[in-house]
Amino acid sequence: MSKELIRLSDCVVKFDDEIILDHLNLHINDKEFLTLLGPSGCGKTTTLRIIGGFLTPTSGDVFFDGQRINDVPPYKRQVNTVFQKYALFPHLNVYENVAFGLRIAKVPDGEVRQRVTEMLEIVNLKGFEKRPISALSGGQQQRVAIARALVNRPKVLLLDEPLGALDMRLRKDMQAELKRIQQELGITFVYVTHDQEEALAMSDTVVVMDGGLIQQIGTPEDIYNEPKNAFVADFIGESNILDGVMRADGVVEIFNRRFQCLDGGFPPDAPVDVVIRPEDVDIVSEDQGQLKGTVTQVTFKGVHYDTIVDFYGFKWLIQTTDYCPVGSRIGIKIDPDGFHVMGKSAYSGLFGDYSSYSEEYDEIGDATMEPGGEDGEDEE
Amino acid sequence: MRNKSSRFAIPYVIWMALLVVAPIVLMVVYAFTSESGSFTLDSFASMGDYLSVFTRSFELALIATLICLLIGYPVAYAMAKEGPRFQRLSMALIMLPMWINFLLRTYAWMSILENNGLLNQFFRAIGLLRLLGVDHLSLIRTQGAVVLGMVYNYLPFMILPIYSVLVKLDGSLMEAARDLGANSLAVFRKVVFPLSLPGVLSGVTMVFVPSVSTFAISRLLGGGTQMMLGDLIEQQFLGGSYDPHLGAAISMVMMVIVVVCMALMTHFGEGEEQAVVL
Repeated sequence: MSKELIRLSDCVVKFDDEIILDHLNLHINDKEFLTLLGPSGCGKTTTLRIIGGFLTPTSGDVFFDGQRINDVPPYKRQVNTVFQKYALFPHLNVYENVAFGLRIAKVPDGEVRQRVTEMLEIVNLKGFEKRPISALSGGQQQRVAIARALVNRPKVLLLDEPLGALDMRLRKDMQAELKRIQQELGITFVYVTHDQEEALAMSDTVVVMDGGLIQQIGTPEDIYNEPKNAFVADFIGESNILDGVMRADGVVEIFNRRFQCLDGGFPPDAPVDVVIRPEDVDIVSEDQGQLKGTVTQVTFKGVHYDTIVDFYGFKWLIQTTDYCPVGSRIGIKIDPDGFHVMGKSAYSGLFGDYSSYSEEYDEIGDATMEPGGEDGEDEE
Repeated sequence: MRNKSSRFAIPYVIWMALLVVAPIVLMVVYAFTSESGSFTLDSFASMGDYLSVFTRSFELALIATLICLLIGYPVAYAMAKEGPRFQRLSMALIMLPMWINFLLRTYAWMSILENNGLLNQFFRAIGLLRLLGVDHLSLIRTQGAVVLGMVYNYLPFMILPIYSVLVKLDGSLMEAARDLGANSLAVFRKVVFPLSLPGVLSGVTMVFVPSVSTFAISRLLGGGTQMMLGDLIEQQFLGGSYDPHLGAAISMVMMVIVVVCMALMTHFGEGEEQAVVL
């Protein structure tokens, strides 16, 4: 798409001997909505802080518009941040909060008024100028934080889990609003979140991170449809991940049965991870099924039923609008495009087996049972 | 429920009435009456004779407060910035002298500042006095000595409230300010200092009020040459110029000043609550 704006080149961050970021390479294009997605501790906020200038990488370089900016302090960068807990100035009202950056830059009063008013209009806070920050709701504070950052016309806006503190409904509204603002103003957004739905809904590019490493970079569709490894497949949406063998291009074998798929390019008989999304499975009668299993658990989710089915000891999650009672025998059919084949990785075998959930519950149950029994014996 | 709780309040009400309300009423009555018991404003009128005591008290108290602020703010700031070990240590060092009796500490300063005291002996030993051609430096019985005594005794009351506000300041506010283009000086001027104002105000009040009404410090370190309001009031009740009506009137004027200070403080205190919540 457009030209490159920010480049992180071989960035390493270490605290003591702990590696937070491990040789990270990332470039961000102008006017792009890029999301850093990952579980807590994956290094996404660290990456954001490097771009913001609050953290200098232990080694590696940061480039902005072709210039190395490792040693440029935050206040000299054309980057503004929306902080996780907003960090609004409690001693200033809405207007002065938004005007803060302009006042520092010694922008003339008339222009300050015009730009602040304009920005408050964009975030739908017209008429709130005189309000103290403490008189605003969470969503309104969020908007002030966005306006305060954007009024400085930064090249890049960094957002650190900005919607984390809002309730579900408000979060959905703000997602749409942020996307609208980003497109309206044509500013690059770098967005940090652990919420995969949020990432898929808003981003042009999603960067999935774990353990200080980038696991995959791609469009939301790529990330969802073509996950690179078991971690990405599991973190983005629900997945059944199975051990398989690639017998030939377009032929994958699971449970000693061959299935037609669309993937290829693996050496013959290569061991692979096979991802099957719960919504890509069709339930049919037992005798018509490619695989046959027993329903062990059904949960009503509104749009569909989360149905756990036991296939030869391996439990799958299937999302279906057909209700199948617990204990019933069913068959399933999967179209060739329902299979996604990935090479083996360090994450293989760690994710995607839905039998582990129930086992965990059993263990918790057992653990709570035991101390009670011991107490009983002590009393005797 | 209501009756029960009000019954528990009885001892408190008696306590307050006896020890707080009654003395104030007595003071007001004394201030507005003459010896014969009739209403008069003479006491207030005659206060004019002591204008110099008033101005000196306020002047010295103001100077002491200002010095406390100039020393106390950086100390509090440094404490709030440093790690918990430094905070604990410095807190102990600040609190330690407060465990020693106030008079004892002031007497100690007397023996340090006296004409033959520790400081003069030290100056003599290093030859400074010979250099200046004097027998001793007049340190005690000066305004400087009184201000020194006030600063020494009341400095902790300046440091602690400022420290407690600064240490609670959200670090992300400073980051946000830097992000918006503020350099270190601007961060301090536009964010840190305004948000620490409640602490500064309570510190100023807690230093200024006891400073303006002190009598022990001015008598011991000022040696009677630096009479302040506290001394003046004390004299009206215990000293040679026995006049409780005048004493009560002076006390009343001072109390009004204190109340004004308190009102200012609570006014800014509301801002502090907000700062803590956010």
